[in-house]
Amino acid sequence: MLEIKNLHAAIDGKEILKGINLTVRPGEVHAIMGPNGSGKSTLSSVLTGHPAFTVTEGEVTFYGKNLLELSAEDRSHEGLFLSFQYPVEIPGVSMVNFMRAALNAKRKYYNQEPLSASDFLKLMREKRAIVQLDNKLASRSVNEGFSGGEKKRNEIFQMAVLEPRLSILDETDSGLDIDALRIVAEGVNKLKTENNATIVITHYQRLLDYIKPDIVHVLYKGRIVKTAGPELALELEERGYDWIKEEVDNAK
Amino acid sequence: MSNNENTKVVSDEQLIKDVTAGEYKYGFVTDIDTHVIPVGLNEDVVRYISEVKGEPEWLLEFRLKAYRHWLTLEMPRWAHLDIPEIDYQAISYYAAPKTKPAPKSMDEVDPELRKTFDKLGISLEEQMRLSGIAVDAVMDSVSVKTTYRDKLAELGVIFCSISEAVKDYPDLVKKYLGSVVSYRDNFFAALNSAVFSDGSFVYIPKGVRCPMELSTYFRINAAGTGQFERTLIVADDDAYVSYLEGCTAPMRDENQLHAAIVEIVVEDRAEVKYSTVQNWYPGDKDGKGGIYNFVTKRGLCRGDYSKLSWTQVETGSAITWKYPSCVLKGNNSVGEFYSVAVTNNRQQADTGTKMIHIGKNSRSTIVSKGISAGFSQNSYRGQVKIAKTATGCRNYTQCDSLLLSDTCGAHTFPYIDVQNDSSIVEHEATTSKINEDQLFYCNQRGIPTEDAVGLIVNGYAKEVMNKLPMEFAVEAQKLLQVSLENSVG
Repeated sequence: MLEIKNLHAAIDGKEILKGINLTVRPGEVHAIMGPNGSGKSTLSSVLTGHPAFTVTEGEVTFYGKNLLELSAEDRSHEGLFLSFQYPVEIPGVSMVNFMRAALNAKRKYYNQEPLSASDFLKLMREKRAIVQLDNKLASRSVNEGFSGGEKKRNEIFQMAVLEPRLSILDETDSGLDIDALRIVAEGVNKLKTENNATIVITHYQRLLDYIKPDIVHVLYKGRIVKTAGPELALELEERGYDWIKEEVDNAK
Repeated sequence: MSNNENTKVVSDEQLIKDVTAGEYKYGFVTDIDTHVIPVGLNEDVVRYISEVKGEPEWLLEFRLKAYRHWLTLEMPRWAHLDIPEIDYQAISYYAAPKTKPAPKSMDEVDPELRKTFDKLGISLEEQMRLSGIAVDAVMDSVSVKTTYRDKLAELGVIFCSISEAVKDYPDLVKKYLGSVVSYRDNFFAALNSAVFSDGSFVYIPKGVRCPMELSTYFRINAAGTGQFERTLIVADDDAYVSYLEGCTAPMRDENQLHAAIVEIVVEDRAEVKYSTVQNWYPGDKDGKGGIYNFVTKRGLCRGDYSKLSWTQVETGSAITWKYPSCVLKGNNSVGEFYSVAVTNNRQQADTGTKMIHIGKNSRSTIVSKGISAGFSQNSYRGQVKIAKTATGCRNYTQCDSLLLSDTCGAHTFPYIDVQNDSSIVEHEATTSKINEDQLFYCNQRGIPTEDAVGLIVNGYAKEVMNKLPMEFAVEAQKLLQVSLENSVG
């Protein structure tokens, strides 16, 4: 579904991604790990079309479409979802209004009528249950006054409503206690089908105990320097990143 | 602009183009016969207006005194506004649609006029049938049709044009006209007092809760005419009324002057809610054309435990100069001001309120939300004054500015004057910029930028929007979004 070839991207003239190659197929779970500053979050921002980043080279196709030509909202409509590392607060905008705007924008893209109020509320109820988000939370302003755990659960709740084909979870485990982590991970697992895929960006093995990856990549200095099975994550947990850094730096 | 040639109207095709162009949604001109007097202002014009309207001698005297006083005044320049020189002799001071003076039923209203209201989305029939709002529609200067008047009359509520009120209830009008905003108040108040053409009059008798929202829809139609309405609302002891005012004007290249006065008197334990959605033509994106909205609005909370609440959503006008105020004379009286002021492109707004505490234990709340985009300038100007004898008073002011561009300006000018030490005044102010991360978050969820701006801005203004009656809230929400189209990106 996703094909990234030799992707280079920069922010403020500084190149962060220096030739990423990655293929994701339906049904797969990929983990992208790596030390701080290696470009993990940049990759998720570039894929979802954050305006601060400029793609300087390479191509990305998503179900055959040139992803880089699409606006951020069209990428969303095509089925790309980002669970933000730091979900922003939008004061005064209730989650209900926000999600209705999001869902109806998607329906419009596919020439569907907006969902009726009752159908929409029913859908909200169903999806809330997946991450055990209570009713009160959904009627509050977007992320305003949410705890760290509530914010992340709220991200997965939105994922459940929008039913993306490819979800990128950007450090969804950061700032979560063990119970919240479990709820979030279970939510993600419930949403998994053979037709969708997930990219999990994380520093730690911890999350991968719950969301089992098929393939693990290590990102370092803007490139994917190692790709292997789930055992790689365990090895990284044990040995840290230094040995990989050395391998890469010595190879130059 | 020079003479009545200006009443010529553009072709229908152009109208449709204008309406569908997407910039200003109400930019059509209605093709009806309008009676416009030649431009210029002198005593003869004042006398003419009074005569045409068949006014009593005392009102003519009132106008003439105001006119003579106006001659001694200069236009105020203290606001943070760049106001071009206005040639007051180039304006026509009276324009009335040539229809029968007092239509008795809907059938008698000029069909062209009704079409105009239909385009504005305030079809009188529909409103009469469905929403139970009594509408006093003011087109140019003469009140066209007052609905529900009979029904209100049963309760003793008077809701009619001010011209009719002068004829039918001269004692009430004489008692209250100019009692809150004197013709000596300021330059524009003097001008209005001299030449006001029409407006609305509301009287709620003792103990009556007006069962429906009263609504006036203002619209400036004829070219080169100023509009000078005058609204007078009196709520007697224990009365309650909610009053809505909506404004639109057609698109024209030249600037049009709008200098209105709203006076409100609130007696013992009475309450008045006054809501405005102001959408006068703001000019084009380069600042050509648009309405100069120089308005004096003031309420006198005369009675103990009286309450006056102003809610305004201001999105239109090239220049806005407007400070809806409360004089809290009664003990334990309450004044409120909730405002959203949006400026885009080259618009300028200097708006806010005055809370004058004279009565003991009087309380006031000010919530002002400014939203600036493009190259606009948006100022909040507010005065809180607590007199020496007004002990135990409270004021809370919250004044927020939201910036949508790097080229706009947001300014805050609070004046606080407290003359006793048993009163408490609080002032909070914030300035924020709509942030890229919020927009991207919305985009990532599939919400296009224009809609995202609408969502974020409405969220920001929610505290004020929630104060609007339901009928207005939906329209006002759309308006916020429409007036900020293409302002981010």
